[in-house]
Amino acid sequence: MNVRLYVWQRATAALMVPLVLGHIAIIFYATRQSLTAADILSRTHGSVLWASYYGLFVAAASIHASIGVRNVLAEWSPLSDRGAGLSAIVLGLLLAALGFHAVVALVLM
Amino acid sequence: MSGTQEELSVSLWRGGKDGRYQTYSVPRRESQTVLDVVTFVQRHLDPTLSYRFACRVGVCGSCAMTVNGKPRWTCRTHVAKVAGGGRLEIGPLENLPVIKDLTTDMAEFFEKWQRAKGVFAPSQTRHDVIVQIRPDTPARVAADAAIECINCGVCYAGCDTVRWNSDYLGPAALTRAWTLVNDERDAGNRDRLQAVAADGGCHSCHSHQSCQELCPQTLNPTAAIAGLKRRTAAAYLKGEIKA
Repeated sequence: MNVRLYVWQRATAALMVPLVLGHIAIIFYATRQSLTAADILSRTHGSVLWASYYGLFVAAASIHASIGVRNVLAEWSPLSDRGAGLSAIVLGLLLAALGFHAVVALVLM
Repeated sequence: MSGTQEELSVSLWRGGKDGRYQTYSVPRRESQTVLDVVTFVQRHLDPTLSYRFACRVGVCGSCAMTVNGKPRWTCRTHVAKVAGGGRLEIGPLENLPVIKDLTTDMAEFFEKWQRAKGVFAPSQTRHDVIVQIRPDTPARVAADAAIECINCGVCYAGCDTVRWNSDYLGPAALTRAWTLVNDERDAGNRDRLQAVAADGGCHSCHSHQSCQELCPQTLNPTAAIAGLKRRTAAAYLKGEIKA
């Protein structure tokens, strides 16, 4: 871990604090209002706001998690620093791909 | 003196990396320190035992060993405090290469002090007027907080991050760097912040606080490292240092 990764990890953590709280509030709202998947999709479809909210969330989570996993791999696995870094990049890209796929499904489908 | 009939069962590490513990019986004495026990074995039971000490009064920092699983300064550790059930297991410090028996090679530990730019970089010469340093400024208070480090290596031996990442500078070197970062007479901060912000520097610390718990001088390396994290992050964002 160096200062660049540290700043990115802390910044994405700070960004995710309100996003996580908002996400939990949304889950409570959706369950308490007994919203169906169709109800939710009808509200999110074509919404720039929801696309931005969850797009930002996915980007922050992908960066944050991959930096953390890089550190775990570097310290706890036999991988070299370079190997841990490459593995973390692959994980980050995978998380981003899955997350953005879900966001696209939420607002375009 | 009382209790001279009592015996301590003492297991000492013998050999190098692939050595083993060997058990000795040592007379229990009043106010006996762990270093007294090791010295008794070396002088009366086995003169081939290797260990390191100098001052015997907690100043030089050379007698640290692993005592019943924890790194401690042995000259100031009373047997009564640590020998539960009359048993002692004493080994070399962890996270450092074993030379023989209870002695470790400290070269790596001190080289990391150099890597962390733990050397004072003077901003003036002897020909300049001596600058008045107020002892109550926040920077001087932060510098004074860790000035009493005796380089014993206890924090380094007890650090999980050092165990997992041999490149990590460790609590002692980083605490020294923090002391100098706060020393207004020092002129080497840019290089120092750059050094501790690199891979293996202050940002590798997981804040487990073993160093704080184990430090025989009751210093708080975790707080010093947290200070370095803040200072280096600010310097990076201002473009004063690079990743």
